Amino acid sequence: MITLVDVCKHFGSLHALQHVDLEVPAGQKLVIIGPSGSGKSTLIRCINMLEKPSSGQVVVDGVDLTAHRAPVAKVRQSVAMVFQSFNLYPHKTVLDNLTLAPMVVKGVSRDEATESALGYLQRVGLSEKADKYPAQLSGGQQQRVAIARALNMHPKIMLFDEPTSALDPEMIQEVLEVIIDLANSGITMVVVTHEMGFAREAADRVVFMDEGRIIEDGTPEHFFVNPQHDRTKLFLSKILR
Amino acid sequence: MSDIFGRIGFLQEGPFAIPRWEAVFSNIDLLWQGALVTLTVASLGLALALALGTVLGVMGASHWTGPRAFARGYVEFYQNTPLLIQVFMIFNALPMIISGLFIPVITIGILGVGMYHGAYISEVVRAGIQSIGRGQLEAAVSQGFTYVGAMRYIIIPQAMRIVLPPLTNQAVSLIKNTSVIAIIAGGDLMYAGDAFAGRFGHYGPTYVLVGLGYFLMCFPLAILARRLEDRTRVA
Ligand SMILES: Nc1ncnc2c1ncn2[C@@H]1O[C@H](COP(=O)(O)OP(=O)(O)OP(=O)(O)O)[C@@H](O)[C@H]1O
Ligand SMILES: [Mg+2]
Repeated sequence: MITLVDVCKHFGSLHALQHVDLEVPAGQKLVIIGPSGSGKSTLIRCINMLEKPSSGQVVVDGVDLTAHRAPVAKVRQSVAMVFQSFNLYPHKTVLDNLTLAPMVVKGVSRDEATESALGYLQRVGLSEKADKYPAQLSGGQQQRVAIARALNMHPKIMLFDEPTSALDPEMIQEVLEVIIDLANSGITMVVVTHEMGFAREAADRVVFMDEGRIIEDGTPEHFFVNPQHDRTKLFLSKILR
Repeated sequence: MSDIFGRIGFLQEGPFAIPRWEAVFSNIDLLWQGALVTLTVASLGLALALALGTVLGVMGASHWTGPRAFARGYVEFYQNTPLLIQVFMIFNALPMIISGLFIPVITIGILGVGMYHGAYISEVVRAGIQSIGRGQLEAAVSQGFTYVGAMRYIIIPQAMRIVLPPLTNQAVSLIKNTSVIAIIAGGDLMYAGDAFAGRFGHYGPTYVLVGLGYFLMCFPLAILARRLEDRTRVA
C-alpha cells in the first residue's frame, strides 16, 4: 500500500531522512517511535508529499508520487492525515469541517456527505456538537472531530502525527480509544506516537527511528521485549522506566 | 447690528457670497453628472482592483517562483510610480504603441485606479494569507484540495476577516484617487467642478460642494472600516 525506496530528505545541511526503505502492506497498523528530531514527522509527511523527498521514491496505492507530474492531489483524497495540532477549519462548523472536502474535492452531494458525516460524528461520540465551531470544543473533542473529518473522505490510509501530544492528559484516552476502534477496522494506519500503551495494544508492527534512519523494525513483542539495537534499549529504558 | 453684518459679510460678498451659491445650485446637475461618472469609475475600478489584488496576493503568497516574482514586480512598479503618470501613460502612450486604439476616458479611469489599487490590495491580501497558520494549508491540501482550492475555501475566507478593515481604507482612497482623470478631461466630479468654477468663476461654493460629494461617498466606508476594526479587536 505504501512503499518508500531509498528516501532522503535534506533541510539545508541537515539530513532529516537518510536512505529510508519502508513497505507497508494494506491493512497494516504501523507505529513509528523515536526520539525528538529523529525524522518521524518528516517520514510520515513524505507519504502524502507534505514534504517532498530530496531523493528516492514514494509509491502510494500503486501511484509513484515522486514521478514528474504525479497526481498527488488525487492520491491525497484517499490518504487522510490527522495532525498534532488538529488543524480544524475555524471558520466552519463541525459538520462543515467534515463535509467541505468530500463535496468540493470529491464532488459528493451535500446530502450524502452530511449523512456519512453524522455517522462518523456519532462514531467519535460527538453527534451533539455538529453545529458548534471548533473553538467551542475541548482539545480532545477537536481531535476527535479531526479524525471524523479524515474518515469522511473514506480514506484507504490514515496517517497520524502525534495525535495526542497536544492534549491535556485527561483527554488523551478518549482520543486513543477512537484510534484503537479504527485500528480494528481494515484500514491501513501509520501512527507516530509516544504512547507506548497504544503501540502495544493497536500496532501490528513497530518501527524505531533515530537520526533519520529506521534502526529497528518488528512486531510490538519484538520491540518491547527483545529489542536488538542499543539505541532502542536506551530509549525504552528512559520512556518505560 | 453692524457687528452681526460684519460677521455674515462673507455671505454678501467674496468667494462664498449668497448669489454665487444660488448660481451654483441652479446648475447643480452639471456636478451631478460628474458625481455619477466618479461613482461609475470608483465602483468598476474597485471591482478590478479587488480581482487583481486577490489574484496577485495569492500569487505573491504562493511557493511558485514565477508567479511570485511577477506579483512582486507588479507591486513594485505600481506602488513606486505616481498614479497621475500611470493614467497619463495609458491615455497618451498606449494609443501610440497600438495605433488607432481609442480608449474611452472612463475606461482609462477604471484601468488606472484599478491597476494602481490592485497593487496595494494585493499586498493587503498577501499579508492576510500569510497571517493564517501553515497548518490550515497543510490540512486542506492533505484532504486533496489544490493550492487554489485551499485558498478559495479555507485560507481566503479566514484572511478576509483580518484584511477587511485595511481593504475598506483602500476603497476610500480609490474613490478619492478617481479624481486624477480630471487631467485628461474625465468628466468626473473633480473635472466637472474645475470646469464649472472656470466657466462661472464661483470657485468657493463649487469646491465646497465637490468636496462634500467626495465626503458623502467616502464617509460611509470609513465608518464601516472603523466598525470592522472594532469587531476584529473584540474577536
Ligand atoms: N521545515 C523544516 N526546515 C528545517 N528543518 C526541519 C524542517 N522540518 C524538520 N526539520 C528538522 O528535521 C529534523 C527531523 O524533524 P522531524 O520533525 O521529522 O522530527 P520528529 O522525529 O518528528 O521530532 P518530534 O518528536 O520533535 O516531532 C529535525 O532536526 C528538525 O529540526
Ligand atoms: Mg514530529
